[in-house]
Amino acid sequence: MAKRIDVSGLSAFYGNHKAIDDISMTVEPGSVTAFIGPSGCGKSTFLRTLNRMHEVTPGGRVEGKVLLDDENLYAANVDPVTVRRTVGMVFQRPNPFPTMSIYDNVAAGLRLNGIRKKGELDSIVEKSLKGANLWNEVKDRLNKPGSGLSGGQQQRLCIARATAVEPEVLLMDEPCSALDPISTLAIEDLIGELKSRFTIVIVTHNMQQAARVSDRTAFFNLAAVGQPGKLIEIDDTERIFSNPSVQATEDYISGRFG
Amino acid sequence: MTDTVMDATSSAVPAPSSLLASRRLPRWTPLAVAVIAIGVAVGIGAGAGLSSHIQWGLIALALFVLGNYAVTARVEGRRQAKDKVATSLVWSAFILAVLPLYSLIETTIKKGAGVVNGTFLTHSMNNVLTIEPGGGVYHAIIGTLEQVGIAGAIATPIGIFTAIYLVEYGKGRLATVVTFFVDVMTGIPSIVSGLFILSLWFVLLGHAPHSGFPGSLALAILMTPIVVRSTEEMLKLVPNELREASLALGVPKWRTITKVVVPTAIGGITTGVMLALARIAGESAPIALLVFGSNVINTNPFSGPQSSLPYYIYEQYVSGSTASYSRAWGAALVLIAFVMILNLLARAIAWWKAPKHSGR
Repeated sequence: MAKRIDVSGLSAFYGNHKAIDDISMTVEPGSVTAFIGPSGCGKSTFLRTLNRMHEVTPGGRVEGKVLLDDENLYAANVDPVTVRRTVGMVFQRPNPFPTMSIYDNVAAGLRLNGIRKKGELDSIVEKSLKGANLWNEVKDRLNKPGSGLSGGQQQRLCIARATAVEPEVLLMDEPCSALDPISTLAIEDLIGELKSRFTIVIVTHNMQQAARVSDRTAFFNLAAVGQPGKLIEIDDTERIFSNPSVQATEDYISGRFG
Repeated sequence: MTDTVMDATSSAVPAPSSLLASRRLPRWTPLAVAVIAIGVAVGIGAGAGLSSHIQWGLIALALFVLGNYAVTARVEGRRQAKDKVATSLVWSAFILAVLPLYSLIETTIKKGAGVVNGTFLTHSMNNVLTIEPGGGVYHAIIGTLEQVGIAGAIATPIGIFTAIYLVEYGKGRLATVVTFFVDVMTGIPSIVSGLFILSLWFVLLGHAPHSGFPGSLALAILMTPIVVRSTEEMLKLVPNELREASLALGVPKWRTITKVVVPTAIGGITTGVMLALARIAGESAPIALLVFGSNVINTNPFSGPQSSLPYYIYEQYVSGSTASYSRAWGAALVLIAFVMILNLLARAIAWWKAPKHSGR
């Protein structure tokens, strides 16, 4: 299921502005990799290049290679739609489709991709909601609007929606930043369970969260405002938080930054 | 100045025991001021022998604003008085805006309701002399429904697809050009759109048009930019996050638009279409040029002249007899009711289709 991601020499642009510069890294299959760094350093932009969502932004453009088990996402004959089916994404703010019920939200990705058999949908919806630890809370109101759930439930609904299409990789862009500590804990537990089935990459501003959930951590930084963001280092989470090899990482983690 | 007022207020408050509480006017004060202002205005108006009731009303409005200021300044202080002045100005503006509308509907109902009955709604003007009472608007209702219906069937898809292009795909020169021409089209007078279709008929078919369909085309020209504009605004209101959420699920862009973006905005889009229909239902100029008007029932919009409600009103008005004046008012009432029903329908659909936030 889970796949390895190999990034080499990747730069991303907004129009003429270079947002991230020459990033290379490997994300191991079935692991959780956390991206940390100050605001504006390009973590989210880099994350969005991993499923070709960056080019959805007007002016968004990418140079370099992203290999998903040896297949380049940016090869000329690759359809971004197929890439996004393989590499799912969960956003910062919970964004369930407001016109759809809870059931329809989870089934959206499948339906919109052509799976329509009721029985098949039912079982996938149940499995995904169970996988997102949401089934018990919503099983009696699957036909109610998804926007009626609490923030934390909505985010788990979005995770269920993303996992329902069975991607290989799950990208999470600050999935807990709009949630309270209890909902955050629920999502973090969920990440621990999901990593057996998916390769997970998570952007977070919360360093404790990175330390809790991830196997490996990448630290991004930028030289100055307006300069492109760079990957400073990537290593096992334990090492990054105890004995990083770069001084800037230690400064950032210990709060001595800036 | 400020100080004196503040002093006056604070001395009027006996031994302020609280830091925050101060003297407040009861909630009904503005109402009382309004009643007194109207009373005084009626007194002044009658006393000075002002014949126009509009003048009485304007005096009452001025007294209302001034009275509110004076009373509040005296009891609560200058800042609250300014607040009251702003509030009463807003209220006055609201009343000034609503009064003509109310007067229009009242007059139409008063003069039209006597005419509108079963016969009026189900009979045409065939073989009815304009100076005689009787006859009806059936043929005009048929004409309006068909012409507006066809115009809507043409303009709605064009308008919605144009808006989808502009919001979801449009960038660069073509989008700028389309936006510009939509803006220009919004300002086209209805007679010009009628003349355009008229000349088109002469150039392409070599004869003058005289059926409902060319009228529909002229109405569609008027309706399209309204639909484009309102749909565009509604689509822009759909949060980008929803588009991204859908795209990130591996859903192609066209399905994202048809299954996520448009359904989210469909309430507003429908409202816009309904309002555009209501707007063109009242056009008479293209009908006069292209459909010619008729006294008989013609259910075929593609052949032979038809009537329509606005044109019928005009026709009855120029006939100049008492009976035709009443028929004009009756038809006006029917037209207003038609537009009102479209508006209510738009509201109902918007309410029914709005994204649900309940169910917690």
